[in-house]
Amino acid sequence: MNRDVIDSATYPRKSFAHVEAAGWGRGLSTLVRISRMNLWHPWQVAFAIGSTLVAATLQLLIPQLIGRAVDQVQTANNGDFSAGAVEQALWTTALLLLAVSVLRGVFTMTQTYFAESVGHHIAYELRLACYEKIQRLSFSFHDRRHSADLITICMLDLEGVWIYFSSAVVRAVLLTMLIGIGAYMLLSTNLVLGLLALSFVPFVGWRSSVTQLRLRATWLDLQERLSVLSRVMEENLCGIRVVRAFSAQAHEMLKFERASKSALALAQQRVDIHVRNSSAMTFSFWVATGLVLWIGGNKVIAGEISVGTLASFLTFMTILQMPVRQIGLMVNGFARASTCGSRLLEFLDLDIMIKDAPDAKPLEISEGTMRFDNVSFAYPSAEDRPILKNISFKARKGETIAIVGPPGSGKSTMAHLIPRFYDVTGGTISLDGQDIRNVTLSTLRRAVAVVQQDAFLFTTTIENNIAYGDPWAREPRIAGACESAQLHNYILGLPAGYKTVVGERGVSLSGGQRQRLTIARAMMLRPSVIVFDDSTAAIDADTEQRIRSSMRRFAKDRVTIIIAHRLSSLMHADQILFIANGEVVERGTHQQLLAKGGRYKALHDLQLRPGDGMLTPHGGAS
Amino acid sequence: MAHPGEVETERNDMRDFGTRPPRAVVGSHRIEEEIFGRAFDKNIVRRIWAFVGPYRAKLVISIAAVLIFAATQLLIPLIIRYAIEHGMRPGSDDRSALLAAAGAFLVTILLNFAASYTQDTVISKMAENVIFDIRRAMFAHLQKVSLSFMDRTEVGRLMSRLQGDVNSMHEFLQTSVLSVGDIALLLGIVSVMLWLDFRLGLLTLSVLPVLFIVRLFWLPHARDAFTTAQEFNSVANGALAEAIHGVRAVQSMDRQQVNFLLYDDKARASLKKHLIGDKYAQIMVPIVDSLMGLATAVVIVVGGSKVMNGRIDVGVMIVFLFYIQRFFDPIRSLTAQYSVMQRAMASGKRLTDVLDVEIEIHDKPDAKVLSPLMDGSVEFRNVTFGYDPNYPVLKNVSFRVNPGDTVALVGPTGSGKSSAMALLHRFYEVQHGQVLVGGHDVRDLTQESLGRQVAMVLQEPFLFTGTVFNNIRYHKTDATRDDVMNAAKAVGAHDFIMSLDGGYDATLGERGGNLSLGQCQLISFARALVADAKILILDEATANIDSYTEMLIQKALARVLEGRTGLVIAHRLATIRGADRIIVLQNGRVVESGNHDQLMAIGGLYSKLYNLNYASFNDIPDEEQIDITPQAGSQT
Repeated sequence: MNRDVIDSATYPRKSFAHVEAAGWGRGLSTLVRISRMNLWHPWQVAFAIGSTLVAATLQLLIPQLIGRAVDQVQTANNGDFSAGAVEQALWTTALLLLAVSVLRGVFTMTQTYFAESVGHHIAYELRLACYEKIQRLSFSFHDRRHSADLITICMLDLEGVWIYFSSAVVRAVLLTMLIGIGAYMLLSTNLVLGLLALSFVPFVGWRSSVTQLRLRATWLDLQERLSVLSRVMEENLCGIRVVRAFSAQAHEMLKFERASKSALALAQQRVDIHVRNSSAMTFSFWVATGLVLWIGGNKVIAGEISVGTLASFLTFMTILQMPVRQIGLMVNGFARASTCGSRLLEFLDLDIMIKDAPDAKPLEISEGTMRFDNVSFAYPSAEDRPILKNISFKARKGETIAIVGPPGSGKSTMAHLIPRFYDVTGGTISLDGQDIRNVTLSTLRRAVAVVQQDAFLFTTTIENNIAYGDPWAREPRIAGACESAQLHNYILGLPAGYKTVVGERGVSLSGGQRQRLTIARAMMLRPSVIVFDDSTAAIDADTEQRIRSSMRRFAKDRVTIIIAHRLSSLMHADQILFIANGEVVERGTHQQLLAKGGRYKALHDLQLRPGDGMLTPHGGAS
Repeated sequence: MAHPGEVETERNDMRDFGTRPPRAVVGSHRIEEEIFGRAFDKNIVRRIWAFVGPYRAKLVISIAAVLIFAATQLLIPLIIRYAIEHGMRPGSDDRSALLAAAGAFLVTILLNFAASYTQDTVISKMAENVIFDIRRAMFAHLQKVSLSFMDRTEVGRLMSRLQGDVNSMHEFLQTSVLSVGDIALLLGIVSVMLWLDFRLGLLTLSVLPVLFIVRLFWLPHARDAFTTAQEFNSVANGALAEAIHGVRAVQSMDRQQVNFLLYDDKARASLKKHLIGDKYAQIMVPIVDSLMGLATAVVIVVGGSKVMNGRIDVGVMIVFLFYIQRFFDPIRSLTAQYSVMQRAMASGKRLTDVLDVEIEIHDKPDAKVLSPLMDGSVEFRNVTFGYDPNYPVLKNVSFRVNPGDTVALVGPTGSGKSSAMALLHRFYEVQHGQVLVGGHDVRDLTQESLGRQVAMVLQEPFLFTGTVFNNIRYHKTDATRDDVMNAAKAVGAHDFIMSLDGGYDATLGERGGNLSLGQCQLISFARALVADAKILILDEATANIDSYTEMLIQKALARVLEGRTGLVIAHRLATIRGADRIIVLQNGRVVESGNHDQLMAIGGLYSKLYNLNYASFNDIPDEEQIDITPQAGSQT
């Protein structure tokens, strides 16, 4: 069983989805689609590939020119031509070589620039597509997919796709040109020497491909181990009070040590894979050079070839060495694009479940009446387990409906159905007679504000956070909302007042302050329906009381729905629904429900009167 | 250098007012840290050197390998020259020179292989080891620094020390040793060229200063362009991450359209900056190629005529042609090294800052181990304490808790209840007075043994990723499965744990993600029970919990406190009323003390509050708390 002294969580999960990413994904069809994306920028693609062709050709001319120069010098030494003529020829060769070098530089520049540019443009387009997709996918999708997964898709996978053109396609063209034409030139000059000069190419190409793919597989594994290490460190720092409270520093060091060693061991292993292969590749290159030198030297002695030819062979090998090592990167580029692309495209191809109906009309509020008619709901993943069953109620403008019930009874779900975060599976919810599924999402969500229990703060000023739903709002209105939410004085006490930056990297607010901020934020929307989803739990009862009284006028123009555990938050409601197991089991006003003596009253007694018999062991003695 | 923040201001023009509202922002664009420091800071290098020290032998080996590697690279063209010059007389029968050259070549490439293998392996592994050591030292240090430091430092900031800064140190360590090789190779090439033919060498090398100067001018601009591109990229990614994390808020406030436009601005800015960065990167390519072509042309014309005049042989000319291909690389990496060093110094500064945080609370050299057999009494003697000594949170507080008693601390928010509990655990040092546990001043005890006898359940339950079992057992690794189950049963957590997929072996998500707050709190109760400490502190442990779970916990409290000294900060009357004694704190002073009946009889603050029929003591009306001090988190 669990005999492990330290938590198994310090081991990376083997099931990590990304390890399989080292394979080829859905392969060809993905690559075809990504290649087609590149063609969205036909001119840049044409320039990049055109430049590659020219640059490769120029590159191949350089060894030729060097060989020619050596031969020219040799011929002069043999006294076949006059010194002046040779000097002339040397000048020509030198100038040609200079021109070829400059041009090669220029075309390499345009090749790389346009290849990168195509990539960046595609990155830009894909980013927007991802962003839009994230914003539009419904809650049920976001419930299922972990945010870290989405970040991986939208950042790492996206990178694998955008660098495909420069790392795979352009490189493939360049390598084919260099090796193909180069091989032809060498082999046609001298078959044996050419074969020797090229002998390192297959070995290096093979080793480099194998190495790159292995490094990639282990890279993903390493990322996983490093993320375990980060998690151990981050949890330690976030939970430092627990660590200190239990004097568990030694234990934490053990956890750290294990995660750290596991990552270090793999990092070292990767060094071995890398170094062994790169040394072997370099060695094979030098062996080939040595063979060319030996056999070529013999041929020179035998008079079969000139020293110039030998020099051009050697230069050519030097030039070919770098690109050949990149065969692995190219193979990796294809593999990465294929796996990353598969995941990215799968994400972008997802259907958006909750969207405007084809004939959706803007929501029009006249009376301000909301109705639940026989509403039932089950989550898409568990359709046989209904969360809500046949809920019906009606709320008029100015009324407050309270929903109470044990944890997991489906209270929050009710809140989420009104703005269509999820769609009902049975019955209808309507606002002034309009089924919410027949109106546009945008107008519906502006009409329905849900104050969530766990407030999300954006990293920006308090002011912008409050005006999030109405970014055109002017200052007095923001201050007004904050006054109602009992936050104004607190904000004025902050170093930069309303301009104080909050959120992940700003001033951190306490749970109660965050909840008050969310209340102010919801008020800014001027909704027709406002739902408090257990959103005052961290606010003390007195402040809550003050919020409620200052919101009285606000509440007059809208339907208020309060979901709460604390009865003092909701006993003033016009109607209280007690929900259990997805059904309304009691309904009525506070007084009616107390008189009824049912579950509501039991809860009431539990909260407001110190119960007997559940005191501390010494309680009885006093 | 353009700052990513500028995109924000660009947007404020009125034309766009309709679609890009004045207050709308996506993501944050604050980049606070210096990326580049001085290229060389003696102190920082010395500090980092301390971590390299243990690997000194490896360092020597790797430098030797680097030098041998450079030497073989220098030698290979010379051997080729020898072969061409002496071994390739057309028509000659003498193969001995060629054979000698081939033999020398073979030996050289073997050496080259061995040296490159050694240098890469040893350096890379050493760099990995060193950064893991640095990270370990920092992490271990953070385990000891005072909580006040941790209170005022954001976790994200520390994480970026432990990750980003440590990684840039890695880059630095790895490239520095290789730079030694680059310098050696460059010097070697220069001297061999000058030795072979001084004038031709000088002429060829004249392109080097040109390249050097061009790069010197180019580098700062290019670097700015690259970092700007990176910053804009991370700003865009930050906005994307925000969209993912805040998607529910975005959708519920219908901000999708506005956000899309704003994100478009950022993504487009990132695109533009990347294209600029690429331009800077690529502009260097034709320059280097041209200079290389120029040097080659010089060798062909000048070298060629020298060969014809018989002043040098053709082999020398070929050697020059080979060297030209080589000597651009070291210059490229050496100039790049400058940026690496600047970055490493900036990171090194931040790393040493963490390592230098003073440890305020030490065990005394003769600190005693608190025995598990101690009586479990607690006493505060005239304790005065403030996070800022000028603003004491506790003023001359004295009280005693007898072994086995349960004492409730009540009082308005900010009255110092939580601070008193933190002192009991010696999270902070008192300014005056003494805190005694089991009759010993906490300052005379080892922190470790004190912690083992004082268990705490905090308001915010904190669970670690891992199984339920391991969370309950936590550091008490000798606890058996039965111990864990019994604790869970005692606090009423057993049933819901069994209903989890996997029961006690169910894996909890980050911070107990898949459990409700109440369930997390039940598990942390069980954890405190397994710790089996003599003293148990409940610091507002039931504050954020729904009534149903609270009922479970109330029932469990009796079991949990059996045979222990209990200190309870709570606001529900049910918990408070049954305590052996109630201590009422106000503004850092003890104002009343006694059991429920006695305090009611006195008719002081407690009875007033009780009679007001407030459901909880946190609800005592007081002025809006304006506390943004770091300890705010530990107060409520």
